[in-house]
Amino acid sequence: MKKHRVALWLLKVAAVCFILFVIIGPLIGVVLWSFAIKWYWPHIIPQVMGVRYWMDVFHRGRVLDSILLSLEIASIVVVLSLVIAAPAAYGFSRYKLPLEKFLLVIFLMPQAFPQLPIFINIAAVFARHSLTGNMWGIIFVHTMASLVFSVWIITATFRSIPEELEQAALNLGASRFKTFFTITLPLAIPGLIASAIFVFLWSMGEFTGAFFIGAPYIQTAPVMMYTAAMGYNMQTASVVALILMIPSIAFMIIIEKYLKAEYIGGLGG
Amino acid sequence: MATVTAEGLKKFYGSVSALNDVSIKIDEGKLLTVIGPSGSGKTTLLRAIAGFVKLDEGRIYLDDEDITDVSPEKRNISMFFQNYALWPHMTVYDNVAYGLKLRKYPKKEIDERVRWALSLLDVEGLEDRKPNQLSGGQQQRIALARAIVVEPRVLLLDEPLSNLDAKIRLRIRFEIKALQQKLKLTTLYVTHDQEEALSIADEIAVMHEGRILQMGTPQEIYTRPSSLFVADFVGINNVIGVAVSNGGVRLGEMFIPVEKKSDGQEAVIVFRADEVRLAKEGTDAEPDEYAFGGVITGKLYMGSRYRYEIAVSDKTKVIANSPREFALNDRVTLCVKRDRVFVY
Ligand SMILES: Nc1ncnc2c1ncn2[C@@H]1O[C@H](COP(=O)(O)OP(=O)(O)O)[C@@H](O)[C@H]1O
Ligand SMILES: [Mg+2]
Repeated sequence: MKKHRVALWLLKVAAVCFILFVIIGPLIGVVLWSFAIKWYWPHIIPQVMGVRYWMDVFHRGRVLDSILLSLEIASIVVVLSLVIAAPAAYGFSRYKLPLEKFLLVIFLMPQAFPQLPIFINIAAVFARHSLTGNMWGIIFVHTMASLVFSVWIITATFRSIPEELEQAALNLGASRFKTFFTITLPLAIPGLIASAIFVFLWSMGEFTGAFFIGAPYIQTAPVMMYTAAMGYNMQTASVVALILMIPSIAFMIIIEKYLKAEYIGGLGG
Repeated sequence: MATVTAEGLKKFYGSVSALNDVSIKIDEGKLLTVIGPSGSGKTTLLRAIAGFVKLDEGRIYLDDEDITDVSPEKRNISMFFQNYALWPHMTVYDNVAYGLKLRKYPKKEIDERVRWALSLLDVEGLEDRKPNQLSGGQQQRIALARAIVVEPRVLLLDEPLSNLDAKIRLRIRFEIKALQQKLKLTTLYVTHDQEEALSIADEIAVMHEGRILQMGTPQEIYTRPSSLFVADFVGINNVIGVAVSNGGVRLGEMFIPVEKKSDGQEAVIVFRADEVRLAKEGTDAEPDEYAFGGVITGKLYMGSRYRYEIAVSDKTKVIANSPREFALNDRVTLCVKRDRVFVY
């Protein structure tokens, strides 16, 4: 019996260590690289360490600019995708729309095909309308592509809100408009936040579209990172990677705080 | 308060007819109970009156006003939803005050009215809680408070007790009745529990497959069910299938003439175990009674009385309740008032 427990305990420890290694292992590498000034194989840690590349990133305009650009693009994409997806999702969830299937498929389109040829084609079309080489082309592409997530996530959220909660408001004299803004929307906030986070992180990390439509005139953070890494500038790439983790971590904290199970659990009434 | 009249309501869902020519009238301040098994169209009827169901046919009136095409938010008819439909993101106070805020009452008056409704339903002190911090019984009361605080012209209750424990169900039944009478609320009360319906209603409508089979006072429904379905639904325990012969049906020595059916057709004889007077064999029946003989084959002690199973013929057994004690295999005479035996 006791032996059994020890074995089980060892197994657990091993499992935890393995998971930590898989998750943290690469991260340690990235952190080391971001502080490395000289690091040649076969040394296990860098021979010379310093914060030079961190300083560089914050001083040299290009790197910082690309991070700010990514943040800006992602923020605008989040707003646009919410503004477009929320009404569409409400329609899908509450009304039998004609062409419903067809419309849902349209939203799926951008993700259904291999991305590369699509983006190359879009880039060619955009070039003719001077949408390449500036932020708005990327925003357009990101918004379209992210509608897949946001429409599906938000539709599911609205579907999970019992229609009777809305009818109870109508019944007491609220207009449809008032009902939506006092009942439906507040109840959908967890789903809206989830969708916003998803879209934000996706836009922050998206490479292909940003590369074909933005480069070489403007560089989002992932594109910048890619170019840096291709030039064997592992340090700059690592610093940017670490900085890009900040929004993810911030969002994880937000999820912890606002998407508590009890809040979502309360939806059932 | 207002009188509600519904005339010839029809609603089809595909081939299912949820409402099939339903007409009801609830007088001002009265409580009409609609009973029927699950799926008989009760909720659909309520939702139609609240304005959530688009009718295929029929009109609904509040007093003399035709409200058939008035949108739900303009009807001032409060509905109590079967699963309460309290808003989980709002406090109890905000839930109850919602309708008052829409009516643009001054803040102070809203406070007063909310307090009035909560104290009326005996749930003061819960103002700041969220619905998921309340017990089922408390949620039920808050939902009721939210419905009555706006002084609706009509109150619609959809199985208000079905989600509660049997114990508090009985108590709240009386409270709802008292509340309804105190506020003189015109009320439509839906339930599938016949006992609940009989005890609370001014009038009862029995529904089945989208139709109203019978409407009347609880006494009428209880003593003179108009059809086998109604009889069965209000708990009549002797339902005996027989064939018509010689222009009537026979059970032991009891013969009841039947006009509507011809010889050879199937019929059922129906009466309550409580309506049977058991007497020693050979006792004469009163002039207004039928009498027939039988042998006691089963006996259950039920506290204030016995429940007997009695063989009337080889194949037919009936149930009778009586305070008198008999032994197994005793021969007895069963007497039943003529107007308490029904043939369908
Ligand atoms: N929205 C709906 N869509 C399709 N069928 C429905 C809908 N609402 C009710 N029905 C059908 O109508 C009938 C009556 O339902 P309902 O009024 O809910 O009965 P009850 O409340 O007496 O249980 C049922 O057969 C039900 O399946
Ligand atoms: Mg129902």
